[in-house]
Amino acid sequence: MFNNFFHKMASPRYFYNISGQLIPWLAAACMALFLAGLYYGLVKAPPDYQQGDSYRIMFIHVPAAWMSMFIYVVMAVAGAIGLIWHIKLAEVMAISSASIGASFTFLALVTGSIWGKPMWGTWWVWDARLTSELILLFLYLGVIALYNAIDDKRTAARAVAILALVGVVNIPIIHYSVEWWNTLHQGPTVTKLDKPSIHLSMLIPLLLMAFAFKLYYAFVVLMRARCEVLERERHTGWVRELAETK
Amino acid sequence: MTPKRKKRLLLIALMVAGVGIAAGFALKAFNENLMFFYTPSDIVAGKAPVDHPIRAGGLVTTGSVKRQADGLTVRFDITDNAETVTIQYTGILPDLFREGQGIVALGELGKDQMFVASEVLAKHDENYMPPEVADALQATHEAGVKGAADTVK
Repeated sequence: MFNNFFHKMASPRYFYNISGQLIPWLAAACMALFLAGLYYGLVKAPPDYQQGDSYRIMFIHVPAAWMSMFIYVVMAVAGAIGLIWHIKLAEVMAISSASIGASFTFLALVTGSIWGKPMWGTWWVWDARLTSELILLFLYLGVIALYNAIDDKRTAARAVAILALVGVVNIPIIHYSVEWWNTLHQGPTVTKLDKPSIHLSMLIPLLLMAFAFKLYYAFVVLMRARCEVLERERHTGWVRELAETK
Repeated sequence: MTPKRKKRLLLIALMVAGVGIAAGFALKAFNENLMFFYTPSDIVAGKAPVDHPIRAGGLVTTGSVKRQADGLTVRFDITDNAETVTIQYTGILPDLFREGQGIVALGELGKDQMFVASEVLAKHDENYMPPEVADALQATHEAGVKGAADTVK
């Protein structure tokens, strides 16, 4: 039965229908969390004792950086599933994640740079954290470029999955870079195991924003995957039927 | 799982492990170069090259910041709570620069162990709190110090 469920889920037609129903709910929940997070982050949360109001950019920067790594792992795992089981939907999910992940990486780099100028005194330094995050952006761009360079989409998906899996080594490097080496970037605040070094009034909006970003990814990746499924399945009966009824 | 799928899974696992090990060795080999700055202990121990552009990082020692006569040049000590290095810098310091703050300076170490910086960056720590909490922490810390001093008396 369990096996059956997966086969059903992995069928493009079933996926297309179920995701169409899910998207509005996910989008609404994302908007609600996003507004709550912005309200608590920009209005309710107190200024920082050292940075004043400038620290508020972290409510965008930190969730974006988390998502940049999270999406990469999702992409690599989906790629591996596509390689091993040859499930089309996994290939679709992998490639649909790439441009969203690239956007979050870019957002994390830009917001970090804007914060760095007044706080550190520089837009950019080549320390281990910043450099490894920039490599992550290049990995995403490489994935997108490789996928578009190969005409046969199934071959392209396999090539992309291998590239994504090779690049996954960068994820622990990004995470631990601030602990393994001296960096200008500060160490982890939320994920360190002893007592959290962020005040609760600032942690709550940060987590709200993090969940909002997760939901944003969830509904956007489904939207992108639906387009990709339609394009790949355009010669099948159910897509033709869909086109005729609309 | 069919044997074919098992084989593919194994191949992928081997590939990821291989890349991981290779990256691990490469990073270990370049460990020194990946350090963004030298600590005062490194510099005092002679690990940092002299007359060569390097970065030094540490906490600004309380009470060590001294403005020079020209008004722009400033001298201060940085420490990693083990060793201390004196830094001289001419220019505008970043907003977060203050005593007790972590900084990273780019410059050259002279033979007299004076570090002449051309750029000073503030290093932010991982703590975020409202000003009232910071004040309260400071107050309890001071009370604690005073209490300890009283006990000694």
